[in-house]
Amino acid sequence: MKKFIKFLKRPITSTILAILCGFIVSGVILALVGYNPVSAFVSLLNGIFSRPKYIFKVIERSTPIILTGISVAFSFKAGLFNIGAEGQYILGSIAATIVGISFNLHPIFQVPLVVFSGVLAGAIWGVITGFLKAKFGIHEVILGIMLNWIAFHICNFIVNHNLYHKPNSSRTYSINSSGFTMILNTWKRSKDGIEALRKNKLLSDILLKTDLNIGFIVAVLVAMVVWFILKKTTLGFAVRAVGLNPSAAKIAGIGIKRNITSTLAISGAISGLAAALAITGTSPHALYQLVMFENIGFNGLSVALIANSSPIGCIFSGLFFSGLIYGGNSIQSDLNIPSEVISITIGSVLFFVALTKCLPMLIGKFSKRGENHVE
Amino acid sequence: MSNNILSVILTTFMYSTPLVLASLGGVISECSGVINIGIEGMMSFGAFTGACVGYFSGNPWLGLLAGGGAGLMISFLLAIASVRFMADQTISGIALNLIGPGLSLFLCRIFFDGQTTSYSVEHKLPKFFSTIDITTLLALVAVVMVHFVFYKTKWGLRLRAVGEHPAAADTLGVNVYKIRYVCVSLSGFLSGLAGACITLSVVSQFSPATICGQGFIALAAVIFGKWTPFGTYSACLLFAFAQSLTVLFGSSNLIPSEIFNTIPYILTIVVLIFFVGKSVAPKADGIAYSKETR
Repeated sequence: MKKFIKFLKRPITSTILAILCGFIVSGVILALVGYNPVSAFVSLLNGIFSRPKYIFKVIERSTPIILTGISVAFSFKAGLFNIGAEGQYILGSIAATIVGISFNLHPIFQVPLVVFSGVLAGAIWGVITGFLKAKFGIHEVILGIMLNWIAFHICNFIVNHNLYHKPNSSRTYSINSSGFTMILNTWKRSKDGIEALRKNKLLSDILLKTDLNIGFIVAVLVAMVVWFILKKTTLGFAVRAVGLNPSAAKIAGIGIKRNITSTLAISGAISGLAAALAITGTSPHALYQLVMFENIGFNGLSVALIANSSPIGCIFSGLFFSGLIYGGNSIQSDLNIPSEVISITIGSVLFFVALTKCLPMLIGKFSKRGENHVE
Repeated sequence: MSNNILSVILTTFMYSTPLVLASLGGVISECSGVINIGIEGMMSFGAFTGACVGYFSGNPWLGLLAGGGAGLMISFLLAIASVRFMADQTISGIALNLIGPGLSLFLCRIFFDGQTTSYSVEHKLPKFFSTIDITTLLALVAVVMVHFVFYKTKWGLRLRAVGEHPAAADTLGVNVYKIRYVCVSLSGFLSGLAGACITLSVVSQFSPATICGQGFIALAAVIFGKWTPFGTYSACLLFAFAQSLTVLFGSSNLIPSEIFNTIPYILTIVVLIFFVGKSVAPKADGIAYSKETR
């Protein structure tokens, strides 16, 4: 029994349990409406794993939400709810696009420049939130929501601006190709590359059909760095201390206000990085006119929550999330089942994540009760 | 000129109505100690159900009621999770924001031949003097009623006590769980009504873009209005007023309309900085209550 409780108390167990429950709920909903849940899940899995292209597409799509997930998770550690990740992401993509179009340097300088501009823009958007919260005590959730909308409209302004708008489209020009971060991009389009790829089906499926880029590797590195910062540095200690007990942190001499600002700056920078990598790494390397939010930042919230705010966990929950979204398309095309069932699934998973968090506590309570009787 | 002023006033009321209803729900729920981040999802489900029932029954009132009912139903998930199981309210709220729109679009495709946009309802909700939506009045009445219940009745005192110090309320024999259940359900009902208001009186159908961020604006209005019914009401009016100004001036070519569109949001921040100051949430807002910790 004790072993079982210990097993249940591990965060990974409850997460997997939550995922299972989420799938059961959506399966039941599908069955109620008259679809076959089993074939739906088979088609979902096929849509993720049946071709190397699909797998790499999932990885490619996971990169931005892993990073916004880490961004949100980092602010969670300081007790801040960074709902503004969406706006920080949008502003990062605006800056990266403008810089990517305006400059055309050697890739060695261009790529860092474009990426850095995105990071900086995201950080600035984060700092605004942090500063206003620290200075005037305005709730970060309101600020985040308002700044999201401001970023939304600025994005549409840039898209429709004469300098950047691509005629007869709903997007800007693409950034200069010197800023692209796809792996082997020039080689795969060269004569040798095409010749070599023709022989190798697997590689051609991966390289030619997807925008395989450095983003995912960067995301993994960022996850490790953030984990390191949180666990092993003074800054990380201060962040966690403020998150766990602000009054105690204050007495211990940690500047709360400065901490809030720097946390949101870092959080915003990571969201901006997500955007910059998406602009440099995936076609069409441009901004689109927004009708609704793209939900990259909002999905980051879910990713962080499923990962229990662990930066490393965000890698896996981001992959899971993007797998569901990408594979969900094949449910629609294969079986004509509305792909929105995926949102229901993810929502249910999150819901059970919230529920299972208290599972160990409940079980602990029962087992303690038992022990008392024995004694 | 007077025509312009009139149109600004009318659009202000039109925009504010769903916000008022939804944020009023937020006030009720948060004052009892449960953060409702899922307003957006509840609104979405209410909007769809309202449009759907309104279309099939031909009766917009039935649609409005069904919208409220749908919001109530889905809010029950939040209530069970956050009151009974002491789950994290933020997470379960965000879950609702995914489930609500997902379920709405899923059902929309099933009821409306695979489309994500429902067919237009035949009859919309009536208007006073064919200008002011009847729901606008409904919202105002709701605000006054909630204010009265909050500050003039025994029940309201208990509710606020539960939000500030549930343990103390419990000691005095107030049923914390029951009050929280009722408040979250009411919040869901009002959010659902707010959604149905949009599909039955502002527009006449449900589409994926019908509910895009109003729930979050309502959430902000709750904090802006310092968790009081009338404060929140004014916050919603201010916001809707700024938005109606952008509609009026957005058509002129002096300033790009996209830049003009940012004004409501910038104005909100400015007002918060200069006039409202620090907002303090109910003490137990967002904290699950367990009898054992008393």
